[in-house]
Amino acid sequence: MQELTASMDSTATSQLNRHELVIEIGNIPVRVRSANLAFLRMLENRYVGFVGGARRADFEFEVDIAPPDGVGADDDLSVLRRSGRWSLARGDFRAEWDPASNQGSIRQSANPYSIDSVLRIVHSLALAREGSFLLHAASAVRNGRAFLFAGASGAGKTTISRLAPADAVLLTDEVSYIRRQESGYFAFGTPFAGELAKSGENVSAPIAALYLLAKGPENRIESVGPAEASRALLESILFFAQDPELVKSVFLAACEFVSRVPVHRLTFVPDAGVWELIV
Amino acid sequence: MTKKRYVARSYEIAARKLGSEMMIMSGRDSTLFSLNDVATVIWEAADGSTSLDEIVESRICSQFEVQPCVALQDAETLVDELASHGILLVSHEPIFPPVPLQLEAR
Repeated sequence: MQELTASMDSTATSQLNRHELVIEIGNIPVRVRSANLAFLRMLENRYVGFVGGARRADFEFEVDIAPPDGVGADDDLSVLRRSGRWSLARGDFRAEWDPASNQGSIRQSANPYSIDSVLRIVHSLALAREGSFLLHAASAVRNGRAFLFAGASGAGKTTISRLAPADAVLLTDEVSYIRRQESGYFAFGTPFAGELAKSGENVSAPIAALYLLAKGPENRIESVGPAEASRALLESILFFAQDPELVKSVFLAACEFVSRVPVHRLTFVPDAGVWELIV
Repeated sequence: MTKKRYVARSYEIAARKLGSEMMIMSGRDSTLFSLNDVATVIWEAADGSTSLDEIVESRICSQFEVQPCVALQDAETLVDELASHGILLVSHEPIFPPVPLQLEAR
């Protein structure tokens, strides 16, 4: 709350009642400005733990709040690059983003879900440029190393998150944030929650392994070859843009990841004993 | 006499060999392809300047136990399928400039 107030004071003098806050996920700060203070207060609660005091921002968005028009989030999503600018559209929002200036605009109703989708898309585009990606996976840190648990809905991401021992730090039960850095791949906590309905911790750790989840009659781990691993990984990467060059980048990023990070199939009975295998 | 056919890898794809499998992603429609051994040989030889019958004769028939006419027929079918997905270019003339074979990530 303090950050929002401080930012509000500094901004109000230069921009007509525009308020702002910075949402920082994966060490990428995104500044959000709006004239609607109640909306920003809502975001501050939604992204608690990820609202930072960063003065610099990698991306800046002006949010114009419009009345709901009855069109929902179930409409088809469109993410296209036109004349160098990204255009993001779904029934419940429209957004533009100029990657040259890293500034953009969002038009939506006063709800936290639309901007949540925009943030996921913007992060996925930013990460694709550096060989990194968002993954439909739970992740947790144990003994200073991060473990990823990927799978489609129902595969057990939330279940294995609930079964995590007390010494495990949950990064997310739904959308994992993977960044390629000089020393290897790192997983970051995200506020993107699944059935657990709880944000992850805003910490990061080097990735030790990726587990492909499957439920079965016993707990066991099997190694997975790189080709099969890349197919499974590509099925779980969140990428929304219809852009040939970035599609190719994401593919190469997935291939690079499975070449460097161990990938296993983790079959598990829903009991806490499965975590004895995660070391 | 049947005209020669030349094949070249498309610029619209990314490819990487993982283990023994050649994985290819179409940037155009995000379709993922996995090639078997024979298809991989043709893919790697598709430099735009070597005709398909030369590829079959020098690369397929020399490595795999297959009759040349059968190998060429199978290769024609494979090439047409890959071309229909936009991951191979096919022409009756040599295709220039050749598309480099890049199997490594950045």
